[in-house]
Amino acid sequence: MSMEGVAMATAEAGTRGRPVTAGLTLFAVLAVAAFVGALAIGPFTIAPGRVFAVLWDWITGAQPAGSLRERIVVLDVRLPRAIVGALAGSGMAVAGALMQGVFRNPLADPSLVGVAPGAALAAVAFVVFGAPLLALLPPPLQVVGLPLAAFAGGLVTTLVIARLAEHDGRTSVATLLFAGLALGALASAGTGVMVFLASEQQTRDFLFWTLGSLGGATWMKAALAAPFVLGLLAIAAGLARGLDALALGEAEAFHAGVSVERLKRTAVVAVAAGVGAAVAATGVVGFVGLVVPHLARLVIGPSHRALVPASALLGAAVLLGADILARMIAAPAELPLGVVTALVGAPFFLWLLLKRRAFVG
Amino acid sequence: MYRAENVTVTASGRRLVDGASITVRPGRVTVLVGPNGAGKSTLLKAMSGEHRLATGRVTLDGVSIHDMRPLELARRRAVLPQAAEVAFPFTAAEVITAGLMTGEGHDRARILRLLARVDLPGFADRRYDSLSGGERQRVQLARILAQLDAGKPDVPGYLFLDEPTASLDLAHQLTVLNIARAHADAGGGVLAVLHDLNLAAMVADEIVVLAGGRVRAAGPVAEVLTEPVLADAFGIRLRIGVASPGPFILPQNVQAAQ
Repeated sequence: MSMEGVAMATAEAGTRGRPVTAGLTLFAVLAVAAFVGALAIGPFTIAPGRVFAVLWDWITGAQPAGSLRERIVVLDVRLPRAIVGALAGSGMAVAGALMQGVFRNPLADPSLVGVAPGAALAAVAFVVFGAPLLALLPPPLQVVGLPLAAFAGGLVTTLVIARLAEHDGRTSVATLLFAGLALGALASAGTGVMVFLASEQQTRDFLFWTLGSLGGATWMKAALAAPFVLGLLAIAAGLARGLDALALGEAEAFHAGVSVERLKRTAVVAVAAGVGAAVAATGVVGFVGLVVPHLARLVIGPSHRALVPASALLGAAVLLGADILARMIAAPAELPLGVVTALVGAPFFLWLLLKRRAFVG
Repeated sequence: MYRAENVTVTASGRRLVDGASITVRPGRVTVLVGPNGAGKSTLLKAMSGEHRLATGRVTLDGVSIHDMRPLELARRRAVLPQAAEVAFPFTAAEVITAGLMTGEGHDRARILRLLARVDLPGFADRRYDSLSGGERQRVQLARILAQLDAGKPDVPGYLFLDEPTASLDLAHQLTVLNIARAHADAGGGVLAVLHDLNLAAMVADEIVVLAGGRVRAAGPVAEVLTEPVLADAFGIRLRIGVASPGPFILPQNVQAAQ
């Protein structure tokens, strides 16, 4: 959906008094700034003007004018990293908005339906036992063995949870929550067993993966994650009206004309696939899915027709911003990305909880 | 015409509604009355499509509502919820547009008119969660009116109201019942669950008395609101007076039946 399209769709009677267009513009500017920042900032800083020149030459296929070093850093190192970061940030944030809408609870996030624990279990299993499996994959896919395992693990766990929560053709949101907790705990126990079995080097590899990083981003990872994340964004945009009705209650949404069961199932599968792909590419990066939709709601209001594109833009901005911080704080070493998002996200989440408590009384 | 034909609804082995058949006609207000646990809300939910039927069928103009897509059904019938919490900080106007599944009916002037009609002028941009129970009830009424407006205005739409007066003061009970009346007078159909027999007598064209999940009596107000019918349904003896335009029931005349 184009920016104009989004602005038109949301400039409706209900949203008057909300700065929807201004908010979306702001988030778009932040996302673009973070993207350019991600290409420019690093141990070898490149002026934004030079970044644009390199990109322009690359897109138009013109004879490159800049230095070889600039081109390698921008195109081969930072561009795939920024694209993976933008995809992962958008995907996690939109998945958070979807889950909060489906659970009708602003404190919900994708980990409730087991994506991250399932992905982690599969990732560690791959680190410990995967070496023989690697031989089975064609060589270009060998570098992405771990992400593929994580993706499959997250998807399978979520589908099992969704199946458990279904009874008589209806998905109980409460059962979904508890099945998610139980299976998440089970997956974590499995992860614990794997770590116990792992060698020291394997434990280190896995630990690093659980802390999240864009460090291993490649064009291959970007290409693998893109269809799932873009699919999630498109599906979320399509479900937006139904999610607004769902905020009125499940029965009310049905009365208003929403196929509630289909909406819930579509949302869970899209989240599992999209977040699975994001987690596979970056490792576990917490709090983006939880916090970004909140921030977006503070500016543009709760209507999902604006919230979905706003979360996508702000999610990309936040994840890329966090990655810039991760690279700068301990330069030339990199802090794990999940550490940065948790350092910023956890206090924000606490503040939200306390504010909510003060409001509820 | 919106009909329940021989509808039975069961929950954990109990028959909440037992072989009930009722008809809601366009241009008429049909009111369900009966004691607590009679199955009034359950029957309304079965007719709205929310509850599954154990047996029987529910039809709208001869077509089973279970063969219709939710969106198709929503163009023809709207349901006022009893106590509705909204999950996110929507404003009153946003609650109304949240219930509109198509691009129809979103224009601001129409929403302001509907809010004025439920006596909430100037409430469009107030937060829904800051409103009182009675104000929320009226926002929800405006929402379902908007839903039917955006549906198929050329064929009769049906309003289902489950205890629409529950959290309202006397003046606003009349506001809501007048809206129901006006909807029927404009050619639509209304099915309402009401506790207050006097309000029921005032607004209804037809009354259906439900007890123990079964229809005990159905028909025009004067034929149904009689001492034997009410004694049978409610288990108490009532004295019913008649004054223009219809019957009235005074609580001080109530005696236990046994």
